[in-house]
Amino acid sequence: MNKPLRGKRSPLASVGLHVTLLTAAVIAVFPPLWLLVTSFKPKNDAFTTGLVSNFTFANYRHVVADTQFLTWFGNSVVVVGVTTVLGVFVAATTGYAVSRFRFPGMRPLMWLLLITQMFPVAVLIVPLYNLMASLGLLNQPAGLVITYLTIAVPFCAWMMKGFFDTIPVEIDEAGRVDGLNPFGTFWRLVLPLARPGLAVTGFYTFVTAWAEVAYASAFMTGEENLTLAGGLQTFVNQYLNDWGSMTAAAVIIAVPAALVFAFAQRHLVAGLTAGTTKG
Amino acid sequence: MSRARRKAAASAGAPGRVRKALATHWYAWTMVAPVVLVIGVIIGYPLVRGLYLSLTDANEANVERNIGMNHIPATYRFTGLDNYTEILGDGVFWSRLGWTVVWTVACVGLTFAIGLTLANLLNRKLRGRTFYRLALILPWAIPAFVSVFTWRLLYNEKNGLLNKLLAGGGIDAVPWLNDPTWAKLSVIAVNVWLGVPFMLVALLGGLQSIPGELYEAAEMDGAGAWQRFRNITLPSLRGVSSTVILLSTIWTFNMFPVIYLLTRGGPGDATEILVTYAYRLSFVDSPRDFSGSAAWGVLILLLLSMIAVVYRRSLRKQGEVW
Repeated sequence: MNKPLRGKRSPLASVGLHVTLLTAAVIAVFPPLWLLVTSFKPKNDAFTTGLVSNFTFANYRHVVADTQFLTWFGNSVVVVGVTTVLGVFVAATTGYAVSRFRFPGMRPLMWLLLITQMFPVAVLIVPLYNLMASLGLLNQPAGLVITYLTIAVPFCAWMMKGFFDTIPVEIDEAGRVDGLNPFGTFWRLVLPLARPGLAVTGFYTFVTAWAEVAYASAFMTGEENLTLAGGLQTFVNQYLNDWGSMTAAAVIIAVPAALVFAFAQRHLVAGLTAGTTKG
Repeated sequence: MSRARRKAAASAGAPGRVRKALATHWYAWTMVAPVVLVIGVIIGYPLVRGLYLSLTDANEANVERNIGMNHIPATYRFTGLDNYTEILGDGVFWSRLGWTVVWTVACVGLTFAIGLTLANLLNRKLRGRTFYRLALILPWAIPAFVSVFTWRLLYNEKNGLLNKLLAGGGIDAVPWLNDPTWAKLSVIAVNVWLGVPFMLVALLGGLQSIPGELYEAAEMDGAGAWQRFRNITLPSLRGVSSTVILLSTIWTFNMFPVIYLLTRGGPGDATEILVTYAYRLSFVDSPRDFSGSAAWGVLILLLLSMIAVVYRRSLRKQGEVW
């Protein structure tokens, strides 16, 4: 933090500063807040401008009891959970290798990781769809897990490299002296130190997978196979306008993501800047 | 390694070198193997196959498929560059490309400008810093598709909150998502709203790593706030900003959920960007046009690679090592 302004700000500048930040904060917070407010209104009041006048849990009850929402939620949890665990592990080993070893093929690999960021859904989705179909993985969680790994892992590996770069190499050397092989050093010494990095990559993977729409919409069909991204679309579409259910479902979907975010946000700044500046 | 053995290895030539490389690097290679494998199978194979499909006339009616017990073999043919000449000769591609470029430039430009402004404001001694920071990154904590549905609620033409507020001020309802121009502005607004937190966090991190002494020295020399910003802040942020701008350009160019869920590319195809159009060809429209969709995808990939190469070269010219 820099402190060159040692109390030199004029009162007017202070007011301007707070007004700007407050406006921005309101714009940032308002839509989610409005979602929350709307979810507690009776179905027919979804579009009233006031705050809640007839507070009700009816939307939540309806969504949980009368729709397939819990099934979708379960599908999402399975897909996202497995993706996160596998993704973090794979990204960590890759990041470590790229950070510590100089090996033939390293530079192309770094490039590959960056370039995969560029592959649009559009190029891959049709062949991937056909591949999944021929392997019998359409409508299977495994199909989505594999797909999501390819989205999350390259960027996470990149971030993990940034984290490992900040851990002194002397620790590895000490491990080597004590007779640990590189895997042991990685697993026993370096990985525990990289916990903030693991949290950030875990967070990123979780959020990416939790929020993915295109593949989920294309690969999962049939009400009982949808994930949340697909399920939410069923409440409000060209045939149906069930805003009450949509808002309640949306709140339930947003809460786990927000919790994970709150848990990881402390490390997030360090993680992202480590990843972006040292990349 | 003894001298004799080294000589033996050298005389063994290539296989010896391979063995030696394996011996020294197998740890590293084992560690990166899963990523290489996953990327190879799930990105490499579909990529090659996508390239191939784009050179055929594959669609829903002629690909290999099973109907009940019957296995129907593929009957699509290799058609060379026909798809590409057709797409490039057609106005649709160019008008979608035009809008995609406008969309990307507007979103990245606005997101960066707003993110940088807010990061600068937050990087001061300030009461309520933590509160502001948390509030400002909240949009990031919520899955994009949830936010997009929330915005649809706000944008609703007849009953949405935005129009009701306008009505309160005596202003006519705005057809947020039903008029081509308004729809374009609306999708950009939502994407900027979604993208600012990432910029803010990354740039704030960059700002905090600038040593305070630099500013003190500049202030001592009588540099004004604007001069300090131009001569210290901006150059120091080069590394972070060049990376986040490139990433966010690529992400925005391919931003699927915002457009798909907010407007489905409509009204008409006013807000359809290249990616959503390609998706529409193979998963929304009927019959599904697999080869056309693949060709669009390949063109998108070519465009993005060009952006990345040009961008990297321009950074290099400015003496950036990246």
